[in-house]
Order: sequence, then structure tokens, then C-alpha cells
Amino acid sequence: MAAEDVDAIRGRESAAWDAHRGRIAVCTAAGCLSSGAAAVKEALVDAARTASTNGSVRVVGTGCLGLCHAGPLVRVDTATEHALYERATPGVAPALVCAAVAGALPREGRNDDEAAFFAPQQRIVLANAGRIDSERVEDYIAAGGYRALQQAVGEMTPPDVVQQIVASGLRGRGGGGYPTGLKWSTVAKADGPAKYVICNADEGDPGAFMDRSVLEGDPHRVLEGMTIAGYAVGAEQGFIYVRGEYPLAISRLKTAIKQAERLQLLGHRILDSAFNFRIDLRIGAGAFVCGEETALIASIEGRRGTPRPRPPFPAERGLWDRPTLINNVETFANVPPIVTRGGDWYASIGTARSKGTKVFALAGAIARTGLIEVPMGLTLRQIIFDVGGGIPGGRAFKAAQTGGPSGGCIPADHLDLPVDYESLAGIGSIMGSGGLIVMDDTSCMVDVARFFMEFCREESCGKCIPCRAGTVQMHGLLTKITDGRADERDLLLLEQLGELLTRTSLCGLGQTAANPVKSTLRHFRGEYLAHIVDRRCPAGVCRMKGAP
Amino acid sequence: MPTAILAPAPPHPSGDKRFRILDATMKRHRHEPDSLLEVLHAAQELFGFLDLDCLIYVARSLKVPPSRVYGVATFYNFFSLKPKGDHTCVVCMGTACYVKGTASILAAIEQQYRIKAGDTTADGTMSLVTARCLGACGLAPAVVFDEEVAGGLSVGLTLERIARWTSDGR
Repeated sequence: MAAEDVDAIRGRESAAWDAHRGRIAVCTAAGCLSSGAAAVKEALVDAARTASTNGSVRVVGTGCLGLCHAGPLVRVDTATEHALYERATPGVAPALVCAAVAGALPREGRNDDEAAFFAPQQRIVLANAGRIDSERVEDYIAAGGYRALQQAVGEMTPPDVVQQIVASGLRGRGGGGYPTGLKWSTVAKADGPAKYVICNADEGDPGAFMDRSVLEGDPHRVLEGMTIAGYAVGAEQGFIYVRGEYPLAISRLKTAIKQAERLQLLGHRILDSAFNFRIDLRIGAGAFVCGEETALIASIEGRRGTPRPRPPFPAERGLWDRPTLINNVETFANVPPIVTRGGDWYASIGTARSKGTKVFALAGAIARTGLIEVPMGLTLRQIIFDVGGGIPGGRAFKAAQTGGPSGGCIPADHLDLPVDYESLAGIGSIMGSGGLIVMDDTSCMVDVARFFMEFCREESCGKCIPCRAGTVQMHGLLTKITDGRADERDLLLLEQLGELLTRTSLCGLGQTAANPVKSTLRHFRGEYLAHIVDRRCPAGVCRMKGAP
Repeated sequence: MPTAILAPAPPHPSGDKRFRILDATMKRHRHEPDSLLEVLHAAQELFGFLDLDCLIYVARSLKVPPSRVYGVATFYNFFSLKPKGDHTCVVCMGTACYVKGTASILAAIEQQYRIKAGDTTADGTMSLVTARCLGACGLAPAVVFDEEVAGGLSVGLTLERIARWTSDGR
């Protein structure tokens, strides 16, 4: 299919959109589906089919609408207004369809937080959530999708594309924050008969569901980003390594790949050019360490997912020892808008060294659990209190946890810190992949540190001794503290072991495993001492078992 | 990509139809050793779990050492070497669920049914497993009862749901 044919689809679909009087988008991401969105969508489709509406209302299943705690969510758009309805049931379907036809949206069942929730947000990666049908490529095209690929393949040279990514200042959204443009240029410059592009969709941090939402809601955006990357670095084969725990994302990706191949947006001679690119899925099998790039590569090669020392970095020697570009889902999802709107546009958003937006998954003790996208540099207070609606139940904020088992806990006196890569690192946490878990005064920080250490102990692959043995020892010490059996020598040992893990582990898992302990020791040392000296858990979580 | 040479391994002697489906999967991957994970995924889907006979068969067919197949099958949490119960209860132990109390839900199930996470009840009614994070943090604390995700649970509600299985099973 040539570029003009894609333009034709875009024109036709946009006209079809405009011909409808109303549009109803049901959130069909995993969270809302778990609370019954499928039945709601079916009822809406049935209601829209009735003669009285005469097909003037279009019902679509769309990507995560954000306010996950209030699901199933339904967004209704008319020519003049829109509204978000929460906790929808199949029973409300006829009324919503009638309202969409009449153009007068009822107050009942509306979500009142919508304005406050969305106002501070800026949606680039999540732009299509609530707009397009996640399972139709035509919808993605109508919303401007694949225009970036047309532009890249049709009007730009590969170095031009790399240059735009460099100019954008985009950094790895998996948590590392490595400059994406630099990675792309390294792979582009590498020699070799074959190169590969890998999308890391092994989202393993507990409390993180950003990538899942993007894959479920807007799979073509990721495919397009990867295909542009393939063009820019000179690769003809891509792989998406996706978590086995995400069956819905896997099935949506499979559908999307077939659709793109049918339209010649993937495969041979893409858009009638000389560029070929195919994408295959690889399903993970439940190993957190496979989020580490060299372990992920081992897993794609059919082996145990254990990391290897770097250098050589995958950009030089990766999959099957070929130059390999590995980026995370959200990183690729940022690529199409950067190509169409230019690197300078993207670089105008965010802070001096952290450009663009970041998607966060808000969870824990927060009023509005859900998925948000905000410009870099917003403060934690704005994110938690303005967007997230604060702490429910009249309780007090205690800490925000970012970066999962590799990250740290941020206390209340840093709430006004702008959120970007550098400032989070400066207080002993990390940006991480985007999980943001809020804790109130009912959480014990020592218990939280122990929870993450247990996670790392279980997920350590066992290849290097500092991580394999160190996580076991640190977990034992933390358990001793939460049991009320520890003395101050144990605290010293805990700190020494933490330093050892950071300095001597082979891969990121072990190098960062001590971060939750270090950051809680830094900001909540008093709580550790209360457990050790007073044999008391200030939050009342740990059951003190007695003397050492 | 390295390609496998040599003649194909003989079919499984049992004549079980599921092995023929597995053969077709391996053929589609051209019996490449690199496809081991995909093949094990397919085998587990067909048989429900991976027994030694199946692992040895895969090793012979893909021409990789049985030690490597066993190593891979035991490395990844997704693969099970034991048969599962009639029902599966997955307790999410992600951070959001943890801070909202899934640890006590898990402890209550373990105590009531005298099993540990990862085990199956003696009568084969239920397997109890934990998940790292379901990514359904909006529903915390969340438990999956046979593919169905339920949120906002308490110890009482969870035990009640499980009791329905055990009473049906008898």
C-alpha cells in the first residue's frame, strides 16, 4: 500500500467519525474489564443499534481512561460537549445512547473529578485513550497515526530521523533515563549484516501498569515507533518481549501486527519503499530480571534469563551478537509525535535535563488510583494532591514510593520537589518506570523495605554472589528488625551489605536492590530505631516477637 | 539465526494427540533451539503443566541438552512442573495490594486450607499462587479466582469465594 492509500483511509475514517452525532468510548483496559466493562460495552452496542438512533452513535472500546478506581468508565462525546461516567452498568446504556443522540448529557453518574484530574496533565503517549477503538487500525490512522512513518520513510533519511530523536532530548522511559537519541545513533553507526530492534514490554515493577495500558489501548503507536526506529538504525527485524501476565496486551498486539501487515505498514516494502521491517512477539515467562536488557536478550534466545557483564553493550553486541536497539514501550510510544511535530517541540516540554512527559501509575493510599501523564517537572505535591486527589480517609501522607524495588521512598518534606530524573536521584530514589505508590501513616517503612527486599531475593537470578546471597542476608536482617529481635549492630551490617550490593552486583537488579533500604534509612531512620531500641512499630504493622 | 540440522526426532511413542500438536509448533519454529521458551509455553498450554517425560521429549526434538530444558523450565515462574488444582486462586502481592492488606488475606487462606503459596490442596480442588503484580492496582487488594479478577477484597470475602469452590467440589 502506498502513502496515498493511507491518506485515503485517514480521510474516509475521519469523515465517518464526523458523520456520527455522538461517540461513546468504553474503557476496555484490564482494570475496567475486571469490573465489568465488557457487559457495559455490549449493552451500549445493542442500544446504539436500535432503529431510533439509526446508527448515529458510534460505540468503541478504548484505552485506559485513567480514573481506574471508578471503573467501568464511559466517555460520551457530542458535537458540543463531553462527559465521563463512572461505575457504569449495562442498565445505563439506553439512557446514555439516547442522551448522545439528543446532545444533552445527563448529570447522573458523571464523574465530578474529571476536570481536576485532567487539567494538570499533558497527554502525548496517552493522547488516543478515549478517542480511538483499540482494536481498529483505521481508528489509529484517522487520529493521525502512521503519519510519522509516512513522513520518516517518505521524506527523511535515517540520519534525519536519528537527529530528531537526539534533538527531542527523549530519555529512556524504562527508568534508566539513558538518552534515546544517543542509543539510536550508536546502533545506527554499528556495522553488521543484521541489526535488531527490541521493545522491552516486560513491565515487572509491582505497582506499575503504564506499559500495559499503552499496549492494550494503543498498540499501533508502539508498532509505529519501533518501525521508525528500524528505519533509523537500519534494522529489518523487531521483537516485542511482553510479560506473560498480560494476556490482553498480547492479544491486542497480535491483532495490531496482523492489521499493520495487511496494510503494508509492516513487512516487505513498507509504504512502497525499499524498507522492510517485521515484528515478532516473544512472551515472557515470569522472571523480573528479564527487564534487564542482557537478561531479556538471553530469554529471547531461548535461555535462562540471566544477565551478562556490559560492555559490550547491546547497541554493539546484543541479540545473537548483533547490534541491537532496546527501548521500553513508553519510549517507542513517544517517537511518532516527535517525528511529526519535531524534536524541538518535544524539547520545549519538561525541565532542563528531563524533556517531555512521563506516564505514572498512581496507586496505594490515594483517592484517584489510575493512570496519568504529566509534563516532567511537576511537583510530587501537584501529582499526588491535584491530580491524584490526595489521601483518602482523612489520613496523613507519609511517603511516595517511586521506582519499585529499585527505587526509594520520598517523605513529606520533599513533596515540592519537581519530578525529573536528576531531582529524584538526588534524594535517593529514581524515576523508575513510573509506578508511584502513595503510603499513609498506616504503612511501616521498615516493613515496606522488607517487602521490596523479599521481592529482590525471590527474583535474583542467582548468577552473581552479591545479589544471590546479599538479598537473602539483608532480608533476614530486616525480618529481625520487624520482629523486634535486632540490635544496632544489625543496622550497621544492613548498611554495609547494602553498599556492597550496590557496588559489586552484576546487573541493575542487584545494584539497585538496596535502594529501598537506603532511602528509608535516610528519611525514616527513627522508625528503624523505634523497632530496634524501643521494640515498637510506630505504624502498628509489625508484630514484635520479643527480645534478641 | 542458527538453524537446526540433522534428521527430526521420532514422534512421541504414546501417540497422544497433544504431542502431535506440540510437534507442529516445533516444526513452525523449524526446531530451532532458540525457540525453547515458545515451545514450553505451548506444551504447558496443552498439558497444563510440564512433566519430565514432556521436558525430555522437547529436549530430544529441539536437540538441546535435557539439563538446559530443565534449567529453563525451573528458572521461569510461569512454568509449573506439578499438575494444578481444579481451581486457581492468585493473590496479588504487588506493592499497592500489599499496602492494602493482601498479606493477611494470603495468611488466612494458607491457615484455613493448610497449604503454602505455590501448593495445591491435598484433594486437588485448589492451587494457591501469588502474583508479583496484576497491574490492576486500582482494584487493590486484588485476587484472581479462576481468571476472574476481583478487587476491594477482605479476608472474609476472599474465604467466602473460595468456600464456594470447595463445597461445589465435594
